[in-house]
Amino acid sequence: MAIALQSTIGGPSQRTLILRYLRRNKSLAVGLIILIFLLVFSIGGSFVVDTEKLAYPLAVAPLQPPGAEFPLGTDKDGRDLLAVMIRGILLTGAIGVIAGTIGIVVGVVLGFVAGYFGGPFDLVVRWVTEVLLTIPGLILLIIIAGTIVDKNQVSVLTMAAVTSVLAWVGPTRVVRAQVLTMKERTFVSIAKLSGMGNMEIIFKELMPNMLPFLVAAFVGQVMGAIYASFGLEILGLGPAREPTIGMTIRWATFHSAMFNQWWWWLLWPVLAMVLIFASLSLINVGLDEVANPRIRRTE
Amino acid sequence: MLSASRENLTVRLGYILRRFLFLVFVMWTAATVLFLIPRMSRVNPIRERFNALARSTGYAPKDLESIIASYELKFGLDKPLPQQYVDYMASVLRGDLGVSLMSYPKPVAELIGEALPWTIGLLGVTTVLTFLIGTVIGALAGWPRSPKWIKGMVPPLMILAAIPPVILALLLVYFIGFRLKLLPMGGAFSAGLTKEFSLPFILDVLSHAILPAFSLILGSAGFWALGMRGMGITIQGEDYVNFAEHKGLKPGRIFYWYYVRNAILPQVTSLALAFGGIISAGVLVESVYGFPGIGSTLSAAILANDYFVIYGIGYITVVAVAVSMLVVDLLYPLLDPRIRYDRK
Amino acid sequence: MTSAVLQVSDLRVTYYTDSGRTRAVDGVNLTLYAGERLGLVGESGCGKSTMALALMRMIKPPGRIESGSAIVGDETDNVDMLKLNEEQVLQARLSRIAYIPQGAMNSLNPVMRIGVQMIDAIQAHRPKATKTEMREQAEAALESVELKRGVFHMYAHELSGGMKQRVCIAIGILLSPKVIIADEPTSALDVVVQRQVMETICKVQEKIGATVILIGHDMGLMCQITNRVAVMYAGKLVELSTVREMFTNPMHPYAKALIASLPNLDNKGVFRGIPGLAPSLLKLPSGCVFHPRCQYAMDVCKTTMPQQSVTKSGRYVYCHLYDKDGNQVSGTPLIKPEAVTN
Repeated sequence: MAIALQSTIGGPSQRTLILRYLRRNKSLAVGLIILIFLLVFSIGGSFVVDTEKLAYPLAVAPLQPPGAEFPLGTDKDGRDLLAVMIRGILLTGAIGVIAGTIGIVVGVVLGFVAGYFGGPFDLVVRWVTEVLLTIPGLILLIIIAGTIVDKNQVSVLTMAAVTSVLAWVGPTRVVRAQVLTMKERTFVSIAKLSGMGNMEIIFKELMPNMLPFLVAAFVGQVMGAIYASFGLEILGLGPAREPTIGMTIRWATFHSAMFNQWWWWLLWPVLAMVLIFASLSLINVGLDEVANPRIRRTE
Repeated sequence: MLSASRENLTVRLGYILRRFLFLVFVMWTAATVLFLIPRMSRVNPIRERFNALARSTGYAPKDLESIIASYELKFGLDKPLPQQYVDYMASVLRGDLGVSLMSYPKPVAELIGEALPWTIGLLGVTTVLTFLIGTVIGALAGWPRSPKWIKGMVPPLMILAAIPPVILALLLVYFIGFRLKLLPMGGAFSAGLTKEFSLPFILDVLSHAILPAFSLILGSAGFWALGMRGMGITIQGEDYVNFAEHKGLKPGRIFYWYYVRNAILPQVTSLALAFGGIISAGVLVESVYGFPGIGSTLSAAILANDYFVIYGIGYITVVAVAVSMLVVDLLYPLLDPRIRYDRK
Repeated sequence: MTSAVLQVSDLRVTYYTDSGRTRAVDGVNLTLYAGERLGLVGESGCGKSTMALALMRMIKPPGRIESGSAIVGDETDNVDMLKLNEEQVLQARLSRIAYIPQGAMNSLNPVMRIGVQMIDAIQAHRPKATKTEMREQAEAALESVELKRGVFHMYAHELSGGMKQRVCIAIGILLSPKVIIADEPTSALDVVVQRQVMETICKVQEKIGATVILIGHDMGLMCQITNRVAVMYAGKLVELSTVREMFTNPMHPYAKALIASLPNLDNKGVFRGIPGLAPSLLKLPSGCVFHPRCQYAMDVCKTTMPQQSVTKSGRYVYCHLYDKDGNQVSGTPLIKPEAVTN
């Protein structure tokens, strides 16, 4: 938001201003750099490597260490780990983005309605979110994924659907709290006095002010969904047929890869997971600084 | 004065009552959801269990349907739904969580009872340690008089906090357990030892617990450090810290009584909200190390399609989290004389 | 008047910020006597609070005390606050010079009982005192600010704003300091309570024979309570006079404008501001800092800083209109006060 404001004044181009801002907000900059690397690797890689074939079992010779033919090696089931990483990052990211989007959309609607109009609906939303905060998220998802969903039919979409069951709780709370504080602020009263309707106020006055919070909440939910799906995958509740990063780690540990000296099988997915989480959490910290400029670092 | 303290007492009682009611509500909700889920699902747990057995052992009973029917009769699944709900609630209240399918006819409660002490021990100790270590580092990092190296600890901790503890567990098992062979790689005690209350056994248990504990501590201390540092920086701008300096107090006195004591309050509130995440992380780390707590029991139950154990563990963890939250909520007024009515 | 208990000379405080150096306090001289009450007035940002913090040695980076001395105490027992080491500064605070904070609303630790916060302060200076002694001392201090002894056991959130302010005063006088600085002690209180709190300050000050520096904007409140008034402008102390002199015959053009801007019964409803704005401390005007807003400004004012003039009656003024004995330089316009009814 600050960036957009500055650019209207004139002076240096928007690009230099963004770059200048990123130099100050190092977390955001480093997080974005890692994210761009992951995107280039996975999207770009899809064009170079035939992931549709090589990332699935029986495509190549099993258990080849990294070398000239297979830069990252192959696993016991004959998957090319380079293709697995390219496809895995895409699929893992897709689970997170789908669940995060569902979470943020549901959260915005519930949070706005509850916060803006109040009443019994608000009461219900408050109680439900408070109870859900008490319940260990992963356990609830395990029960859903482990007993409702047919384990043999799990797909990437199922994972996204299951993890989105809880992805709305955080955004709902954030949006509701923000709406409650903003509702009392002068610019909303002025809008009301000037005869704006509720919907107009929500979309023209409240939404733009909430944007940084929404983006931060979205990134948080993407991270939460990836973490939850990873947990389910580790426990054997993931999409058994898909080479997501979590499933790859699951197979590697299932076949005791590290004790059999097949270190590459575990190393690459672990590294990918670390990069995904590091990137998202750095971006989240950086966005927090955008959303609450007052708590900018004092050093 | 007198009326003020009486008013205070009613406020306090009201607060405690509200927290208790919330606990009861959460437990009832959890039990009801766990009652509804299997009845909403098209999957029949008993049939699934036998199917899995058939796949793994090749043993397929001819009269499968009649076996299933007899089990359903045993579990009262033939009764009308409201009747089932009443019976179910009554048995939950009695602590009866059904019978395990994978170690039939062991009751689920007994299975959980064997695993729970390990988990409580591991998660209890690591949670306390993580909270203390993170909070102390955060408090020192936010304090202007601290040496530079303490402030330098925050960024690495922050990066570690971004990585799920399971990943750290995998890395620690590989490098410290497998490569360097410094510590045992899994389990809770060495195979040859019998469970007894002796020094060698305790030391053995501790050496097995170090890696799981370390994975959890390393993975979450940064979260507490960041929170405490942020709050500490805010607190330093508060008038009462300034006034304390004007009073000529020694820095050490200000650090603890004026700075830490106030900055820690939001930390305690977040601790209550963190229990759910702690259990989730604990379950995963336990399953990586084969630590015999409820995490490993849960992952075994998932593999064996033992739905009753999964539900039982689900219920127990919800209760455990809600009780832990209640404990923190009840202790909170001891730290903060101003009672807050709603938690943010 | 008895002996001097606070002698400030050539006090300079600079803030080193990203956008440049600012002289927040620039060469202030000041002598206060036992039993005296000084009002320190000026616009926000003129350096009043910075000066108070400097006397307490509470200037923190990026601020720095550049030079000066601040001798607290009489001839027999005194210290220079600006020359003490860190340990000695801690000892001198509260026992020799006490500060009653501006934001009394938040100046008490919410998680400690009032009594514990008071005992904290006593213990830091008298480690050998017993529990009962300290408690007696604290409760006596509470009584002397017209609070019940029971407040000792209470928490800040159980007290009203006025009570909290009284507790702060009680803490300030715990160790009978020679100098008490009260930084806008009543700004957050309603008018009736303001008056009561001020009277309390005066009463306890007389009891322990200290000098009080009262920082504030409210000239009306000031003139009822203080003996002398010091006017600061852009880090400089431009005039120091008795209240009567200041209101009947202000010497400095800024002081005159300040007095004239006060509402009174004769010009009810007429608001007279001071033209122009206070200068940014980052870009001070050359010469006399007030010259761009001064209706008496001469050529010399634009280039040269005025020197301190001291009149026979002990008034200080920094202005080119006066020679060093405080006599009006001939040929300059005469400053006459506007009709002031008081």
